[in-house]
Amino acid sequence: MNTFLRIAAWFGASIVVVTILESILKSLKNYQIMGSDIITDYGLSIIGLIGVSISLAVSLQLINGYTGQFSLGHAGFMAIGGYVSAFISKTFLTGQASGKGFIATLFIYIIALIAGAIASAIAGLIVGIPSLRLKGDYLAIVTLGFGEIIRLVIETLDVVGGPRGYIGIPKFPVWKWLSVGGFEGTFSSLSWIFLFAILTIIIIHNIVNSSFGRSLIAIRENEIAAEAMGIDTAFYKVSAFTISAALAGFAGGLYAHLYAQLVPSTFNFVKSVEIIIMIVFGGMGSITGAVLGAVVLTGLPEWLRIMAGLRADWMPNWLATGFSYLPDLRMIIYSSLLIITMLVRPQGILGGYEFSLSRILGKSKKNQAPATSKEEKKS
Amino acid sequence: MAGQVILETNNCTIRFGGLVAVNELNLSIQEGEIFGLIGPNGAGKTTIFNLLTGVYAPTSGTIKFLGKQVQGTKPCKISAMGMSRTFQNIRLFSSMTVLENVMTAYHVRTKQSMVDAIFRSFNHQADEKQQRDFSMELLSIFNLAQYANELAPSLPYGSQRRLEIARALATNPKLLLLDEPAAGMNPQESIELMHLIGSIREKFKLTVVLVEHNMKVVMGVCERIQVIEYGKSIALGTPQEVRNDPKVIEAYLGG
Repeated sequence: MNTFLRIAAWFGASIVVVTILESILKSLKNYQIMGSDIITDYGLSIIGLIGVSISLAVSLQLINGYTGQFSLGHAGFMAIGGYVSAFISKTFLTGQASGKGFIATLFIYIIALIAGAIASAIAGLIVGIPSLRLKGDYLAIVTLGFGEIIRLVIETLDVVGGPRGYIGIPKFPVWKWLSVGGFEGTFSSLSWIFLFAILTIIIIHNIVNSSFGRSLIAIRENEIAAEAMGIDTAFYKVSAFTISAALAGFAGGLYAHLYAQLVPSTFNFVKSVEIIIMIVFGGMGSITGAVLGAVVLTGLPEWLRIMAGLRADWMPNWLATGFSYLPDLRMIIYSSLLIITMLVRPQGILGGYEFSLSRILGKSKKNQAPATSKEEKKS
Repeated sequence: MAGQVILETNNCTIRFGGLVAVNELNLSIQEGEIFGLIGPNGAGKTTIFNLLTGVYAPTSGTIKFLGKQVQGTKPCKISAMGMSRTFQNIRLFSSMTVLENVMTAYHVRTKQSMVDAIFRSFNHQADEKQQRDFSMELLSIFNLAQYANELAPSLPYGSQRRLEIARALATNPKLLLLDEPAAGMNPQESIELMHLIGSIREKFKLTVVLVEHNMKVVMGVCERIQVIEYGKSIALGTPQEVRNDPKVIEAYLGG
């Protein structure tokens, strides 16, 4: 019981924290430091994108990191969720259907996002089935193909704008709960996105640290042994795909409503590869690693862009000039960083390490076992 | 010791292309016995194990386990019915601790669903505790309890073999198939293993089928032995009978 209540309490607390953080960030828009904006609308949307990336990377970790199946179709799942939820919310919230009350709007949003997640889950189920027969590179190719099929199908659908993109998706409803002077307390896109990121982390963490999750890891470690120990590998692989796809679909819905538009070419395989890079960079099989990868790799290119515009009086000329070249070098810096990471730390920045509050607070549950002899270690 | 027949194969054959790996094999294993399966290298002993556990489906013939035909059934279903095995080349879950390895095998009997896990329900917590307690108990039988939180590959080789048996037992089997459990063990460890096999048979009311090259272990622990050569059974009987069978001597020493 304690554990359940603790999760509920943590989630409740995160709602409060996330809302306050969003409000502070949005209020900061009105202030400047040394003549430059602290944060712009563009900066806020990047922060939103980071939140979406966290959900995507953590959910992909379930397939690639824990179950050990190499999926390259995550952008496809994201696209399905995004388009389905955007279609529903646009149908019920704009045009003639607009002007609903706040509660009704909220309700439609949640329904739309859940519908996106369900549609994505069904797609995950369909992709999960070939994963039963295929391994490694072959599975990667199939999932890659599936992601591309989804994108191409969307491009042919005129209802959602086809290749031109789907525009006019309603943005998140803004709930103002406080307005004092320059400070505006709001609950909207950023709060939604980060709440879901937290929810994804909780879900994946709880799945992985359970009997169900151990079965997934067993499949990764040794499929034959797992099967011999009574683990229905087919069922678990498909489940991993379905859950992961559902979460990615939900994240896709949030993405759609963050930018109020969707372009099919966003969801090409480069996007899938980006998500893979996040978890490889952060560490396969580590939720903390996925979060780190998502934050660094989504934020880094944008941060380099911001650096380019940075000019201050104290800066020597060469530094400012150097900074101004950064936008051109952006992708070079980005890729060198990845190459260096893979050379120096092939297991990712964190490897399989997990951040743990209880370990930091010294509440380690591990009962001390005597050190094993470092004897022969065959096989 | 003559009880009911727990496992029976009837003219079981498997071909890989032109190679007949197992040829019209008739096995009949009785409940509660320790049954040895021996033969020269490449005789098809491990293939027989793979047939019995469902990794391969026989080309022809039937396999009956607990009175039901199981040829072609998925390994996980057969495992759930009560047949568990170890592997010739150790197949532990290497990123997991010793305890988790055993807990993973308990999964067949788990009562928690994924939803329980996500919400950390009562059911989940009770079940996790039960898994943990059961697995620790199993580990202490195998003298592995002090290594519970070590990573499985960090154990010495002999302990890894014992851990594999412990993991196999966590699925609550009625029939345990051991594929060369004494491989890589020194004589002292082999003797301990023999006692261990005897004692777990009593404790868990098991039937054990053993593939082994170490004759001391086979002759010391098995009640009946079947000898395989080129996928065919060439002799069946007590250790004493098999040892004196001219065909067996020929198969091992060459003729």
